[in-house]
Amino acid sequence: MPVKNRLLTGPKIWLQRHAQVALASLGRLAGNHLSSLMTCSVVGIALALPVGLHVMLSNFQSISGAWDSGASISLFLKRKVTDGEAGSLAEKLRLHQRIETIQLITRESALKEFQRLSGYAEALEALDNNPLPALLIVQPKADYTTAETAQRLVRELRLLPEADIVQLDLQWVRRLQAITVIAQRAVVVLATLLGMAVLLIVGNTIRLEIQNRRTEIEITKLIGATNAFIRRPFLYTGFWYGLFGGVIAWLLVAVSITLLSGPIANLATLYQSAFDLSSLDFSTVFTLLLGSAMLGLVGSWLAVGRHLSSIEPS
Amino acid sequence: MIHFDNVSKRYPGGHTGLSNVSFRIEAEEMVFLTGHSGAGKSTLLKMIGLLERSSAGQAHVNGRNLTRLKKRQIPYHRREVGMIFQDHRLLHDRTVFDNVALPLVVAGLGHKEIGRRVRAALDKVGLLHRERAAPIILSGGEQQRVGIARAVVSKPPLLLADEPTGNLDPELSREIMELFIQFNQVGVTLLIASHDIALINRLNKRILTLSAGELVGDNPEETRNAG
Repeated sequence: MPVKNRLLTGPKIWLQRHAQVALASLGRLAGNHLSSLMTCSVVGIALALPVGLHVMLSNFQSISGAWDSGASISLFLKRKVTDGEAGSLAEKLRLHQRIETIQLITRESALKEFQRLSGYAEALEALDNNPLPALLIVQPKADYTTAETAQRLVRELRLLPEADIVQLDLQWVRRLQAITVIAQRAVVVLATLLGMAVLLIVGNTIRLEIQNRRTEIEITKLIGATNAFIRRPFLYTGFWYGLFGGVIAWLLVAVSITLLSGPIANLATLYQSAFDLSSLDFSTVFTLLLGSAMLGLVGSWLAVGRHLSSIEPS
Repeated sequence: MIHFDNVSKRYPGGHTGLSNVSFRIEAEEMVFLTGHSGAGKSTLLKMIGLLERSSAGQAHVNGRNLTRLKKRQIPYHRREVGMIFQDHRLLHDRTVFDNVALPLVVAGLGHKEIGRRVRAALDKVGLLHRERAAPIILSGGEQQRVGIARAVVSKPPLLLADEPTGNLDPELSREIMELFIQFNQVGVTLLIASHDIALINRLNKRILTLSAGELVGDNPEETRNAG
């Protein structure tokens, strides 16, 4: 009676066999630790680049987000508006639902500041009256700091009878946002290219492994191994290459961030900012490891599909 | 067990491996296949194990029509055909135990069952004490016995052997044949290719003779006993 009919194929045996093959391929990698380490490192370095850029970019976005909310509106009042009227207007606007804070620069204080900073103090003294208007610096509430909503507030302020010129300089914020989008796109393109490189690296390593184990594959086929059985250890090997490559990428990025965080904190204090370089968060690490393991698996799948079927015992 | 009906094998380029070979081997028979080198002995065995496929004719083995067998069914066919080679075809980076266990691992047996059956097979060929050894340190005769243990460990109903004693001295050859006879006595069908005419004649079994790809002789044991 053939073995097939007596074979036990419960889910338990299936799991046990997969665990065995997974561990066996891990053991094989540990056996050639130097070449395995080299392959994993190549994968790791290739992945560390886009992941590192992604972390840098999200840090940059969190800073530029803070700049974004710094976009304030300069409301220059007509010159006939007195400092007293300006003060009551400021009080009135403070109650506006879209406005966070109002800073009043009276005609008086504007003149003093101008005298102090411009160096035209004597020339100004010669004037009969103060040529400078009062200025309200309006800081919109956090929810209204996008270019569009801030613009709407600007239009509203222009309708005030006291308003002369209302300025919102968002051009630089918009440019920054456009640059950020380009950088994000560049990271995606880079990640795609390097992901393909990882596929090729793992695929090529598995191809060489298949060549080295050609005799073993032939003999195993000879005694009735299915293609799935022969494929399995190579797929696990690819999976491990990817996973350990991902771990190496993670370590590389984490070490780089640690090395950079000191100088960056230093720079931030020079800008009176408490900016703290954030490291890899859990979801990024999870995505990195899952993605790299999948890349390894797919890379070995491509190699196995191409090369295993050509090996037949003779 | 084996039924060939006008089976031919032509290789690309015009070389003929087998031409119009017809024979029938019943279950529990022990048959020798002989002929000069290049007569087609190996080709015939390879076709039974589906290492090669026929170009024409019908071949049935163990109730399967080999000409119609799909590629993905080949592994399951091979599990029912134990194959023994002159060059042993052992895996040299694994122990004797692991080599013999391979067919059972491939078939998906549990750990305990594998251990039990491998030891039984090694005991049968007299190598139980060498189960932890690497095949490379064994003698030629011992390596051949490991190959035999691997072929019988999954208890296939049919055993094929291609020049199993080709590299062995007469004493070891006799021992190997003795093993084959024991397997045959418990119901295994055997087809053994060999050109060791003296040894074959002593065993007094049915002999198929190939010459240039054609079956030129089929001597059942009874006729030779009579003659």
